[in-house]
Amino acid sequence: MTGVTLYLAEPFAQRALLAGALVAITCGLVAPFVVIRGLSFAVHGTSELAFTGAAAGLVLADDPLLGALAGAVLVAVVIGALGVQERERDAAIGVILAFGLGLGVWILSGYRGFSSAATNILFGNIFGVGPRQLGVLVLIAVVVASVMAGLARPLLFASVDPDVARIRGVPERALGVVFLVVLALAVTAAAQVVGTLLVLSLAIAPAASARRWSAVPMVVIAVSVAFAFVAGVGGILAALAVGTVKPSVFVTSISFAIYLISRLRRER
Amino acid sequence: MNPIVRIRDATVRFGRRMVLDGLDLEVGAGEFVAVLGPNGAGKTTLLEVMLGRRPLDAGTVEIDGAPPGRRATGIGYIPQHRRFATDLPLRGRDLVRLGVDGARPGLPLDRRSTRPRVDRAIALVGADEFADRPLGLCSGGEQQRLRIAQALVGDPHLLLCDEPLLSLDPAHQTAVTALIERQRRERDAAVVFVTHEINPVLPFVDRVCYLVDGRAAVGPPDVVLTGARLSELYGAPVDVLDVHGRIVVLGAEGATEPHAHHHHEGEHR
Repeated sequence: MTGVTLYLAEPFAQRALLAGALVAITCGLVAPFVVIRGLSFAVHGTSELAFTGAAAGLVLADDPLLGALAGAVLVAVVIGALGVQERERDAAIGVILAFGLGLGVWILSGYRGFSSAATNILFGNIFGVGPRQLGVLVLIAVVVASVMAGLARPLLFASVDPDVARIRGVPERALGVVFLVVLALAVTAAAQVVGTLLVLSLAIAPAASARRWSAVPMVVIAVSVAFAFVAGVGGILAALAVGTVKPSVFVTSISFAIYLISRLRRER
Repeated sequence: MNPIVRIRDATVRFGRRMVLDGLDLEVGAGEFVAVLGPNGAGKTTLLEVMLGRRPLDAGTVEIDGAPPGRRATGIGYIPQHRRFATDLPLRGRDLVRLGVDGARPGLPLDRRSTRPRVDRAIALVGADEFADRPLGLCSGGEQQRLRIAQALVGDPHLLLCDEPLLSLDPAHQTAVTALIERQRRERDAAVVFVTHEINPVLPFVDRVCYLVDGRAAVGPPDVVLTGARLSELYGAPVDVLDVHGRIVVLGAEGATEPHAHHHHEGEHR
């Protein structure tokens, strides 16, 4: 553990931990709604296309984060515009994500920089987060947290009970699109920590675990944030202690362990 | 006095099929109207028209003198029963509370200001015992009673009910019907009650709207529920029997026989 304390004085480690904490809070907030709305596949689709965006950003402007952000938000809006029913939506996402991933591979094949840049998009590179990237992550966290603080209740209503919500004056179609955009922001942020391939470990697992501990909406949201935080920050600390293994490995493992423990509890 | 619901010459087509065919219906304050008819006759569509979810191909519909679906304060809606997912992070109490403040921005907190109203609605439907359990783990009948609490908690002056008695045992059918009837009596609420079974609500019904293939016979039960009137509507011989005060329609496919056609969720969807 002495290694960890030494690292904690280093700016790169401090930025990584701060970034990890921000991303965890962001993901923990949206995850319960991802699960209620059955959007797991949309998360996967959005993150794959964040990969395409990141690849394009890397090649065009040497800025994978902004590229990923643009790609994810674009896809969220398209999914929101297309998706009426879940099955139809999932089929559309499948088609788009396959094409987008292919496009990303093609873009990267023209990339002449470090090959690790591509791996970093897929599996994350939290220790490479610079001050500017950290600024973007802070901004994303603030936007996501504000939107969720303002819309959590009507969004919950629209998610669990859309027919009645619409009658009571909840603009559920519009809320659905807003949430997809928020989700795209969270997914992009999470991809910085665990990479686009492993986003589900932060964007779904915490909520799937949290539901096992409570059925009170606000408690589930809070527990989901806490679980994401433990996985995100804990994973980074573990990586600092071990030194040779990418943090994504620990983040996904802790997230999975929490899920297993939660599943073992008796259903409440 | 102006009616709460006013439907004039309403026509809805589904491809070539006429789902509603020039329907006229007015429902006044304090009036209990049962919408009857076989599967696919247009009952759910009629409700969707009143909710502003289905546009008319011809005709007009007004709720409180305005097109439906704008700001629906004061409308209680009990949708056709569909089970909630077992892993939903929601208790029955939360479902009821969303009926009070669900449209307002903010976090889904258990606020003190809504608590008494929510508690009262839960007690009204006798759901105290299971209101704090996960909604997805409640039985179908329990979920349905919570839905009714959710519809009543807003103190509606118009209640739109889509097969609210489905999945309830006879004792709870009586209890739920009594609650809806009480809202009609005490609040002078208009009630539109889509049902396969007329008998549980027959004592309270002012008029029935009997739909067959999108055409309707509207009037008091003893006028509409006669062999002559229904035979005319079906275009085939139909008998209406009165068995110890229970009405049984014979000879018509999918008519209002008790316990016939219970599991038909999702017509016209």
